[in-house]
Amino acid sequence: MTADEPMAKLPPAELIALTPDVFTAPFWDAARDHRLVVPRCTACATYRFPPSAFCFVCRSQAVDWVEQPGRGVLYSYTVAWHPLLPEVHDAVPYVPAVVELPDTGGVRLIANLVEVRPSEVRIGMDLELVWRDVHPDVTVATFRPAAR
Amino acid sequence: MGMQDAAAVVGVGATRYYKRGQSLPQTPLELAGTAMLAALADAGLTVDDVDGLALYSMGLGGDTSLFAQVMGIPEVRFTATLTGGGGGSAGSVGLAAAAIHAGMATTVVSLMTLQQAASRFGTSYAPRGRPGAQYSAPPSPEKDFTSPSGLMGPGQMFAVLAMRHMHEYGTRREHFAEVAISTRANAIRRETSLMTAPLTLDDYFNARMIAEPLCLYDFCLECDGAVAVVTTSLERARDLRHPPVRIRASAHGGHGRWGQAITWMNMPDEYFASSGHRPVAQRLWAMAGMTAADVDVALLYDHFSPMVILQLEDYGFCPIGEGGPFVADGNIRHGTGTVPVNTHGGNLSEAYIIGMTHVKEAVEQLRGTAVNQVDGAEVALVTGGPASIPTSALLLTR
Repeated sequence: MTADEPMAKLPPAELIALTPDVFTAPFWDAARDHRLVVPRCTACATYRFPPSAFCFVCRSQAVDWVEQPGRGVLYSYTVAWHPLLPEVHDAVPYVPAVVELPDTGGVRLIANLVEVRPSEVRIGMDLELVWRDVHPDVTVATFRPAAR
Repeated sequence: MGMQDAAAVVGVGATRYYKRGQSLPQTPLELAGTAMLAALADAGLTVDDVDGLALYSMGLGGDTSLFAQVMGIPEVRFTATLTGGGGGSAGSVGLAAAAIHAGMATTVVSLMTLQQAASRFGTSYAPRGRPGAQYSAPPSPEKDFTSPSGLMGPGQMFAVLAMRHMHEYGTRREHFAEVAISTRANAIRRETSLMTAPLTLDDYFNARMIAEPLCLYDFCLECDGAVAVVTTSLERARDLRHPPVRIRASAHGGHGRWGQAITWMNMPDEYFASSGHRPVAQRLWAMAGMTAADVDVALLYDHFSPMVILQLEDYGFCPIGEGGPFVADGNIRHGTGTVPVNTHGGNLSEAYIIGMTHVKEAVEQLRGTAVNQVDGAEVALVTGGPASIPTSALLLTR
């Protein structure tokens, strides 16, 4: 880490819009209320993500929405240094991350890391959820290094 | 009974290769027609011989009707596209062989035509509403779980796989650099290459970082152009201009739970840091009755340099996790390596026509006419994509 290394930024809100369907809407509805929920198969208890029409193990359609405590472990990530669109010119560096949720059989969310410098990021680090209210009706998960 | 050696590649042809947008005012269909005519001439055939089209990705926009009409193909008896994206390049030629083996067509053209003037693959997962975004994935409920993070380009997404591979196996940027540098060394000697300046390790480490751990030289080029490949029965191939290049085996697909791969990132841990090719490789070797040890030259889809390393592992050229040291030991170098890779300069340094240049190079290697000829090459492996399902492979023999 260098003294002038920037903190990880975030992609601008103007780029974020959602297209939920009947299977994913409960996730986004809960996110708006700052609750992280993941669908678990009612029949065989397999978590699946993203939410979808069928259980990939037993093909049942019924799910229970299980609230998660908002802890995660960093599975992998990239640091976007080069802005691929003009809209993110002032938003780099940002850190898209793959975050594994404990006790879900390996469900991974894709979310930005915040409150961290890119050079401090380590696969395997413990993370905690920080909700980002993007628009009045859109909230997404981000994660920061967990407090010790 | 399988399709081993039922069909052969008899012609390859291409337009010249252009940097992104510089093929204007030609049209994509015009580029496709030019490449097909060149491939037919190479084979000693004409449009009157063509009765099948076997495509992949967005070749001809996924529709052959206008092309057949404009080119005056007498009768189309087979027209099909492998689903998915660039992962189907090698497999489209396998699809042609399957059609011929099944008796549905006699002479089948596979091709890719690409023009990135209005739209760039590099932002193909960008959010909605990009003007002229011809190559953009549309908004979807599934994309909602990817896009808000700012993941919008395939390079950023494969960077996540590369980072995990580094974590699991100790793979280093020096290993990625060896792929970029060795590929450039091959490109330098070819007139068709867009990148002809030598690339050094210093150049590599001084290049700007795009999406960590990938720097500028880990990315393929952005190009326009077209490449066509003509396939016919082995019996008919024996009467044509060149010695037949046999289609020994072809396979495509992948684990269902590899699925959309880089755009969902929930692939099982067992093969997250892979190219997605493992099951395809196993089927290819079983069909061919061969292994990686039989391959004289490997044309591996190289949109991003780390994915060459992961394919070397998945095809069994080295054990899983040892791809980095394998390339660092010089194994993929032309002239000295145990398995020269991308002797044409690949997508990284010759041209990116979504993998079809790799098929053309394999054919030239087996004819013995390649610019960077591998002495006595008898078996060539061609792959299409680390990508969402399908990835694909083609094994060609002299």
